[in-house]
Amino acid sequence: MSDPLPAKERMKIPRQPMPERSPAERTRNFLEVNLGMESAAARREAQRCLQCKSQHCCGGCPVGVKVREFLERIERGDFLGAAAKMREDNVLPAITGRVCPQEDQCEGVCILGKRGEPVAIGWLERFIADYERQAGQVGLPPRAPHTGKKVAIVGSGPAGLSAAGDLVQLGHDVVVLEALHEIGGVLVYGIPEFRLPKSIVREEIDNLRRMGVQFRTNVVVGRTITIDELLDEEGFHAVFIATGAGLPTFLHIPGENLCGVYSANEFLTRVNLMKSYRFPDYDQPVYDCRGRQAAVIGGGNTALDAVRTAVRLGAQKAFLVYRRSESEMPARAEEIKHARQEGVEFMMLTAPVEFLGDERGRLTGARLQRTELGAPDASGRRRPVPVPGSEFDLPLGMAVIAVGNRGNPLVQSATPDLRTHRGGYIEADPETLRTSKRGVFAGGDIVTGGATVIQAMGAGRRAARSIDRFLRTGE
Amino acid sequence: MHRIIEARFLAPDVKWFRIEAPSIARKRKAGQFVIVRVHERGERIPLTIADADPAGQWVALIVQGVGKTTHLLNTLQAGDAVCDIVGPLGRPSEIDLYGTAVVIGGGLGAAIAYPTARALKDAGNRVIAILGARSKSLIILEREMRAISDELMLITDDGTSGVRGFVTDALRQLIESGRPLDYVLAIGPIPMMRAVADTTRPRGIRTVVSLNPIMVDGTGMCGGCRVVVGGRSQFACVDGPEFDAHQVDFGLLAARNAMYREAEKTALDRFVSGEGDPHGIGEPGCRLADAVSSRPDPGAAPPGRPAPAPAASDPPP
Ligand SMILES: Cc1cc2nc3c(=O)[nH]c(=O)nc-3n(C[C@H](O)[C@H](O)[C@H](O)COP(=O)(O)OP(=O)(O)OC[C@H]3O[C@@H](n4cnc5c(N)ncnc54)[C@H](O)[C@@H]3O)c2cc1C
Ligand SMILES: Cc1cc2nc3c(=O)[nH]c(=O)nc-3n(C[C@H](O)[C@H](O)[C@H](O)COP(=O)(O)OP(=O)(O)OC[C@H]3O[C@@H](n4cnc5c(N)ncnc54)[C@H](O)[C@@H]3O)c2cc1C
Ligand code: FES
Repeated sequence: MSDPLPAKERMKIPRQPMPERSPAERTRNFLEVNLGMESAAARREAQRCLQCKSQHCCGGCPVGVKVREFLERIERGDFLGAAAKMREDNVLPAITGRVCPQEDQCEGVCILGKRGEPVAIGWLERFIADYERQAGQVGLPPRAPHTGKKVAIVGSGPAGLSAAGDLVQLGHDVVVLEALHEIGGVLVYGIPEFRLPKSIVREEIDNLRRMGVQFRTNVVVGRTITIDELLDEEGFHAVFIATGAGLPTFLHIPGENLCGVYSANEFLTRVNLMKSYRFPDYDQPVYDCRGRQAAVIGGGNTALDAVRTAVRLGAQKAFLVYRRSESEMPARAEEIKHARQEGVEFMMLTAPVEFLGDERGRLTGARLQRTELGAPDASGRRRPVPVPGSEFDLPLGMAVIAVGNRGNPLVQSATPDLRTHRGGYIEADPETLRTSKRGVFAGGDIVTGGATVIQAMGAGRRAARSIDRFLRTGE
Repeated sequence: MHRIIEARFLAPDVKWFRIEAPSIARKRKAGQFVIVRVHERGERIPLTIADADPAGQWVALIVQGVGKTTHLLNTLQAGDAVCDIVGPLGRPSEIDLYGTAVVIGGGLGAAIAYPTARALKDAGNRVIAILGARSKSLIILEREMRAISDELMLITDDGTSGVRGFVTDALRQLIESGRPLDYVLAIGPIPMMRAVADTTRPRGIRTVVSLNPIMVDGTGMCGGCRVVVGGRSQFACVDGPEFDAHQVDFGLLAARNAMYREAEKTALDRFVSGEGDPHGIGEPGCRLADAVSSRPDPGAAPPGRPAPAPAASDPPP
C-alpha cells in the first residue's frame, strides 16, 4: 500500500452515496431498498476516515466495534480481514449494518460529522458483511473444548442469538427455545423484508447452527415447559431469558376493536412472518387496504415500518400520525427519508381520539386532534398537549397502532420467584444480567423495554460472559 | 414435523386426528388448545386439544372443515405430517366441584367441550350434557359424552335425532324443571353461545363460554384475538379462551370473525378448484414434500359438494 493519504486529502472526499431502488419501483414490491455499495466506493468511503486517535466511534458503539481498525482494512482492500475484525465484537454485522441507528451511535460521534458528514460506518459494515457472505468465506470463530455444561436460551431475537454465539464458542452446549415457528425474533416478524431481507437473517442463523447452536421452535416457555423444569428436569445448568418486549400497547380509545384496526405487532407479523403480502400463495390474509387510506399511529421504527408496509400493500395514501413533532421521532433518520420519498404523508402534532366505523364493525375513519408541545416529560422530550376544538375526521380503510410494547408476562407468571418491576420487565443486574433466581439471567428488551438490535446484542454478550463465569465458578 | 398417527372422519367434514406431540401431551389440561401450521406457506390456526395420551405421546384434535386450512388439514391421513404444532396454549378450564354442571356442545362445540366435561365429571360434578346439531349426521362424540355424563340430551334442528329444537330449548326445560343448576359451559356457534348467556343471565347461573376469535401467535404478542369482556379488552389466547358468558360482547366477536371473509373465500375457491400449491411444496426447503401423499382420501368431502356417508358410528377409542 502507498503512503497513507494525508488528512487534508481525506477531508476532500465527499460521502459516497448508497445506491437505492427508485421509490416508483420499490413501493410496488417488498425488495430491499438499499442496494449496497460497490467495492470501489466502499474503499473510497473508508478513505474518508481520519484514523483519529480519539476513536469516538468505537465508544459510541454499544458493543464497542473497533471501527477504525475495520475501516483501515477496507481502505487497504482487505475486506475479509475487515469482516473478521468486525466479528470479534459483533456476530451479526449484515443485520446491524442495516438496522442500527448509526446517527445516534458510531456516526453520531464521528469527528467528521462536526463540520460535514460522518463516515458511512453503517453502510461499510453492511458492505463487508455482504462481501464476506457472497464470497462464501464467513470466518466462523473456533470453538473452545467442550465444558459439558448446558445453557437454555429463551427467545431467538438478537439478544438470544448473540448470547448463543458467544456461549457455544466458549465450549458450552446451547439450546435456543423459540415460541414461534421461525428463529429471529423481531428480525423476522417485525422488521420488513424491504429493510432486512429474511434470507440474510436465515444465513446468520445457519452460521450459528454450524457453530453448534441447537434451535427448537414452537416451544412456549411458561406453557410447553417452565424455567424450573429446564433447570431441574432437563439438565440445563443456566437459563438466559431474552423474550423481548412483545406485548402490544393499545390507545384505549373508542373504536379500537373495529375490523381494520391493528396493533403493529399483528400487522407486521401477518405481513413479514406469515408473508400475507403474497396471499393467496401464502394462506394468511391481511386486511385489504388497496385503494383506501391507511394511517399508522406512532413515530418509532415500528411505525415507519408499518406505514411503508401499508404503501406497499397498495394503500392509496398512507399517513404517519404522530403526537409530537418530527424532531422528536425516535425512528432512524434513513427510514424517515425513505418514507418521505415513498409518498408517506407525515401528520405531526396530531393524535387520534376515536376510531369510526360502520354498522358491520369495519373501520371507516379516525377522529384526530391537533397537539402542541408543552414542558419536557420524564423522557426529556416535550410533552404533547391536546389543542381543544381542533378535532377533525380522516377517512381510513386501515389503521395501525404503533405506540410501543411492554414485556410479555408469560414466562414471569410461570416463574413466581423471578422478580419483575414496573411494566412487567424482568429485574436483572445491568452488568451481570443476573435475575433474582439462581442460574437464571435475563437481557434485551425484556429487561430494558423496547430498545435496539445492537443493545439487545450487547446484553446477550454480557450475559454470555456472566453465564460462563457462573458455569465455571458457580458464582 | 409432527406425524399423524391416526385420522378418521367422525361426521361429514369433521375429522379426528391423533398427532405426535409429546411435549404438549404431557402438559396439556382441559380447555387448552394448540396452534397448527399445516404446511410451509400455511397460516397458523388454533385447535382445541380434544384428548391426549396419558403416556404423553400424542394429542387428539377434531377438525371441522370450514375454509381452506381446515379442509386441507382434513385431506391428511395417518402417516402424513403437519409442519408445526405449538402449545398447550390458553388458560385451562377452571375445574371445581360446582354441583350440577350443564355442558352444552353445539355442532363442533361438542369436541371443544368434551375434555372439560370429562374433567368436571372427574371432579365429582353431576354432569348433564346437551348436544345439539343441525341434523343427526352432524352429532359428534355422542358415545364419549354419554360415558362421562349423568344425563345426555340430544337436540337437532330438524328432529332427525333426539328432540327437535335448539339447545336453549333443552336448557330452558332443565331450568324450568326446577332442578338447581350451578354451572353452565356452552361452546358452539356465536349465536348459540349468546342465546345460552341470555337464558341463564336472568337466573344468575354461572355460565362460561369458550371464544373462538381469529388468532395468530397464541402467546399474547399480537392482540389480534382481543375480545371485550365486561367492557374490557382481553386477549383470548392468554386470558381465555373461556370467559364469563354474561359479560362477553358477542356482537364484536362476530364482526371481528368476519374480518377476512373475502380473502377466506378466495383461498377456499382456489383450493377447491385445485389452483395454486396448497401444500406449499414449491417453497424451498418445504418439509412437507415427502410427508404428504397425493393419494385421494375417500373420506374427504370436497367442500361445497355433497358429503359421503358419515363414519359417526365409529368414534375415537
Ligand atoms: C417493527 C420493529 C422495527 C424495529 N426496527 C429497529 C431498527 O431499525 N433498528 C434497531 O436497532 N432496532 C429496531 N427495533 C427494535 C429491536 O428489534 C429490538 O430492540 C430487538 O429485537 C430486541 O431484541 P430481543 O432479543 O430482546 O427480543 P426480540 O427480538 O423481541 O425477540 C424475542 C423472541 O423471544 C420469543 N419469545 C417470547 N416469549 C417467549 C416464550 N415464552 N418462550 C419462547 N420464546 C419466547 C419471541 O417470539 C421472539 O422471537 C425494531 C423493533 C420493531 C418491533
Ligand atoms: C381457541 C380456539 C379453539 C378452536 N378449536 C377448534 C377445534 O377444536 N376444531 C375446529 O375445527 N376448529 C376450532 N377452532 C376454529 C378454527 O381455528 C377455525 O375454524 C379455523 O382457523 C378456520 O381456518 P380455515 O382456513 O379453514 O377457514 P377460513 O376460511 O380461513 O375461516 C373460516 C372462519 O374461521 C375463523 N378463523 C379463520 N382464521 C382463523 C384463525 N387463524 N384463528 C381462529 N379462527 C380463525 C373465522 O371466524 C373465519 O370466518 C378454534 C378456534 C379457537 C380460537
Ligand atoms: S393470538 Fe396474538 S395475542 Fe392472542
